[in-house]
Order: sequence, then structure tokens, then C-alpha cells
Amino acid sequence: MSEIKIVNLRKQFGDFVAVEDSSFTVEDGEFLALLGPSGCGKTTTLRMIAGLELPTSGKIYLDGEDVTFNRASARDIAFVFQLFALYPHMNVFRNIGFPLLSQGVAKAEIRARVEETAKLLRIDHILGRSVSGLAGGDRQRVALGRAIVRRPKCFLMDEPLGTLDAEFREVMVHELRELHNRIHATTVYVTHDQHEAMAMADKIAVMNHGVIEQYGTPQEIYNRPASMYVADFIGSPPMNFMRFNSGLKRGTRSIFLDGVEVAVPEMGEDVAPGEMALGVRPEHIRFSDRSPIRGAVYGSEYLGTNQIVAVETAAGIVKARVSADRSFRLGETVGLEFSSAKLAVFDCASGRAIASSPNAETRHG
Amino acid sequence: MSSTNTTAHSVVEPTPTVKRIAGAIVILYALVTMVPLAWIFLTSIKSPPDSISYPPKIVFTPTLEGFCNLFTTRTRQTPDYIQSLPAPTGTCDEITRSRNMVIAGPSNYWPRFGNSLVIAFGSTFLAVSLGTLAAYGFSRFRVPLADDLLFFILSTRMMPPIAVAIPIYLMYRQFGLSDTALGMILLYTAVNVSLAVWLLKGFIDEIPREYEEAAMIDGYTRLQAFWKVVLPQATTGIAATAIFCLIFAWNEYAFAVLLTSGSAQTAPPFIPTIIGEGGQDWPAVAAGTAIFLVPILVFTIVLRKQLLRGITFGAVRK
Repeated sequence: MSEIKIVNLRKQFGDFVAVEDSSFTVEDGEFLALLGPSGCGKTTTLRMIAGLELPTSGKIYLDGEDVTFNRASARDIAFVFQLFALYPHMNVFRNIGFPLLSQGVAKAEIRARVEETAKLLRIDHILGRSVSGLAGGDRQRVALGRAIVRRPKCFLMDEPLGTLDAEFREVMVHELRELHNRIHATTVYVTHDQHEAMAMADKIAVMNHGVIEQYGTPQEIYNRPASMYVADFIGSPPMNFMRFNSGLKRGTRSIFLDGVEVAVPEMGEDVAPGEMALGVRPEHIRFSDRSPIRGAVYGSEYLGTNQIVAVETAAGIVKARVSADRSFRLGETVGLEFSSAKLAVFDCASGRAIASSPNAETRHG
Repeated sequence: MSSTNTTAHSVVEPTPTVKRIAGAIVILYALVTMVPLAWIFLTSIKSPPDSISYPPKIVFTPTLEGFCNLFTTRTRQTPDYIQSLPAPTGTCDEITRSRNMVIAGPSNYWPRFGNSLVIAFGSTFLAVSLGTLAAYGFSRFRVPLADDLLFFILSTRMMPPIAVAIPIYLMYRQFGLSDTALGMILLYTAVNVSLAVWLLKGFIDEIPREYEEAAMIDGYTRLQAFWKVVLPQATTGIAATAIFCLIFAWNEYAFAVLLTSGSAQTAPPFIPTIIGEGGQDWPAVAAGTAIFLVPILVFTIVLRKQLLRGITFGAVRK
């Protein structure tokens, strides 16, 4: 197992910049999720690590060794494709054993290791079957088996759960994480699904337009988003933005939202006057009749354990996640209160989060 | 069959009447196309007088005379001389003597047939091998001027081959390739390779790149990945392409008649020459043609599954 280090990696296809000067390190045994919408460069980044695509500039180190221009076959990595790419002319056993065959492993050992791997993934009963007749989950496990049988330096996975139906995806998320806990393989996992990333990853890199917007643990990403993009992409419903016009002074502990003072974490920098946004997660909003921030109920969505209530305020529609006990009438006037320590302030022009005491250490990608 | 026509194409299941009409049309068409074949096989077992009788005889006494005449050369002898010979050694001997002739030796049919086999299969093998590699290259790599190159390759088929026969004839004479098997193999390969590249590019485009990428990550070189992963999946396309190439090379007449005359002569220009040997020997010609049809028939039947799937151009892949 090993460490993957990416330094200033860049990839251009003609005039289109797919990946812009990205740098990050995946430590030994760590599970990194590259998260972003389609076309954000996450798959291209993964393919460069694999050696399926050559970078325009930058370096890739595997265990300290510069492999930037090494062949894919010489990198000792495993790749799980979105559509699995199981060899249709081979049965399950031969699919899993195929990587070992290239290394000249003896037949008896191939058999032993394929069987061991199959047992680990609970597919030892279908080794003789043709891969074309397999169900989605089994195909997924065979693809994983082919990846882990070789005990490679690291695993790269390109949306491996993308084609499974929702119910089964959840099962596989647990299985994948459990597998990772058992074999502790350095893993880079590409996905556009924030739930998968949050549920499995040790670290998440949120990408947009070829740029890593934020790199951090799921908690950091969720609690201290480095940009409006990240704040909007993560969370369901996403973070609310309440816009206001102001400048900020370092050390400020409150802002004015439509003339109402709102306590915020201590600001860590000076900001010139301009359009700003207060970021509030739906679960950090409470209804309070005494609050001067007023709004009219616009709609609600019952979720069982809680409900999402949309409120139209002077600063736009705000969604709050509140207890399901209380029911609201449409148009009913409510007061909103925020958990001050959890608020974030963004500069709308650049989209970046203003440094503040709880997110002072947030790393920008 | 059942697995091929269950999918996609027709949304509405045809009614029994429609099916019956369609079946009738297909059977009728098959009968029409089979009449010349039946004619050839029947003529090959007729006696020479029966073969030219009008109206054509449907009922007749079959004879092997046509085949005997095809395989042998004969000389006319006086009845006295034939009487003086020892007893005939086989059916052909007997038939020949009844026509006041004796067998002088074997004909050139089998050597010519052998030339056809070597040249047709040799050129098909070369055309399909080169075509597969070229098609893979065009399909997977950013080839500079790929579109122009592909058009150029296709353009070699835009005029009848015979239009370039004279230059090729002169060129071949210069290079000593006239009347050689190698010359014919190269020529048919050159004609077929354009067809092979275009057909196979379509098939290889259909094979997802992920398979090779997976193989390369699994520790194989690109060539190994091509060999172990792409080729096995391209067999359908390769088989279909091979049949088309083989049929062309096997049936080709114009170049063969121009460029081969002796040791490398193929069967198509040889068969008409049978007529000249002792009157209009239609049964012998028909026998030669009937045997000539067999390899293509066998090859097509052996590969018919691939051919059927191949004609739909990978539409039924999985």
C-alpha cells in the first residue's frame, strides 16, 4: 500500500482545460473521494493517476516514485470502471485471475488467490459462471475482485456504483467501506454523489471546472465549506444563502441582514464593501416568534423524522430542517433564528468563504 | 434465431398473417436464387446429349461422365485399339472407352483449384489481418488526417478494378509477379483491404475502450490487450469481413484471366477452357463449377452465425 502525491497536475484537451493545476496527497491507507458534477475533471484526474491519460504538466508520485509518464501496466494500480469492463469472453474466475496471469503467477497460486478473493467478496459460488449473465451487484463484486486480487499499491474507482439502482447502491456503499476497513488500501474514488462521498471517504476533494474547490474531511467540507460552490453542492437541501451588501472588518462578530443584526463567528479578515452572502445550513435554523427575521411559509416537505420548510424572507427563500411535529399553514408568518457558531459568510464576487474563527484553517484547493 | 429477433427493432409483434406472407416471400426468393445452383448440379450429372436437349430434361439417367471429363484429359482412339486394351480399371475408364476415347492423364482442374484455395485464403488472411490492425489504429488513436486517409482507402474501390488492369499488368510483368501466386495474393489483398478496414472499423468502434484500458491496468501492454481482449470480441466482425473478402477473391475473374495463364492460374479462368476440349462439354463445366462452389458454401455455413450477427453491424451486441 502506498501514498499518492499529485503536484500541479494539469490536463488540457485542445483549448479545453479539464484539470487546472491540482495538488493533493492521498496518504497510505486513506480513502479519498473526488466529488463534483460531470465534466468537472474528476475522472480525468483519476485517469491521469492510472496512466490512461498523460498530463499536460505536473507530476504524479506513487510511494515517492515519479510515475507521471509510466505506462498504466507499470504502475501497479487497480482501476474499477463505471461500467465494470468485465471481459465478456471470460468467466468470473478468469476475469478475476486475469491480472495475475500477466504477472506470470503459477496456476495453483492463481486458483488459491482468486478463491480467497471471491470468498472475501462472497462470490465464490459463481466463479464458473459467465459474466454476461450476472446481476449488477455481482458484476460489481467481480470488478472489485479483479482489482483486489493483485494487492496493488492503490485502488482507483470511477463511479463504480453509478449504474446500480438506489437500493442496492446503499448496500454496496457499506460493503465498499467495510472492504476498505479490512484491507486498508489507498483508494481514490470518483463520484458525483455526495452521499457516497460522505459515507465512505476519509477525505473529500470537491472539484468544479477542473479546480479543486476544497480538500478536507467530510466534516470540514460540510461544516466549513471553503466556497459557495462547495456549500451549495454538499448537503440536501443545500446551504441557504442570504444576500446582503456590506464591508467587513477583522474581528467583527455580527452582520446586518436587511437591518437586523445577526451574530456570526468572529471574522478573520477585512473585506471591502460589496455583495456578501450569509450561509446557513437548513438544520441550523430554528423557528422563534421573537426573532426579528421574519418570513412567510412558502411550502413544506414532510420527511418522516423531520420536515423541510421553505420560508420566503426579504433575503430570498430559505429552507429550514425542523421537527416534524409542528404543521405550518402556507403564508403563515414565522420568525427565524440561526445557530450563530455554525454560520458562514461568503464574498459573492469570488464565491470564497471569509475566514472566521471556526473555519480559519479551511484549506483552499 | 430466436435470440436475435426478440430485441428492439420491431415494436409491434407481427400478426400471423403478416408472418406467413413474409415467410412465403422469403421462400419464393430462396427458390428463385437456387434455380441456377440446381441447374448447375443437375447438368453436372447429365450426359452431354442430355445437357443440351431442349426442352431441358428434368428426368434423366445420371452419369459421372461430366466429372470424369473434368478430371482427365483424353485422346480419341480407334475401336480396334480400345478392344486390344486390358479390361477398364474404373468407372471413368469405362465411360471414356464407350465414347471411343482413352484417358491420357489427369486434367489441370485440381492444380487450378488448389491455386484458387491458396490465393483466396491467403489474400483473405492478409486483408483481414492488415484490416484489423489498421481499423484498430483508426478507431483508437488520433491518426493525423484520419478522415482523409479513410476516404483515400475507400476511394480505391470507386472504380471497377478492370480499369487499372493494364497498368497492373505492365507493373507485374516488370516485377516478375505475373502468373505467380504471390502476385495474385498481393493484388486481391490490396483490393480487399479497403473493404476490411471500413467494415472492421465499425465493429471495433463498438467495443468499449474500457476493456483495453482494464487490461492495460491489469499489467498487459497495448498489444497484449489487443490480442487478448479486443480480438476475441471482434470475432464476429472478423468472420463477416473474412467471408466478404473470401467471396471476392474466390470469384474474381478479370484479373485472374489477365494475370495468370499457367502455373498460378485460378479456377475461374480455367473452368471456361474445359468447353474447348472435345466439343461443348457442358456437364464437365457444370461439374467444375459445382465443385468450385463447395468451399465458399462450407465456409459460409461454418461462419453463418457470425455472418448473421455481423450483417447487423453489432446492433445486437448484448
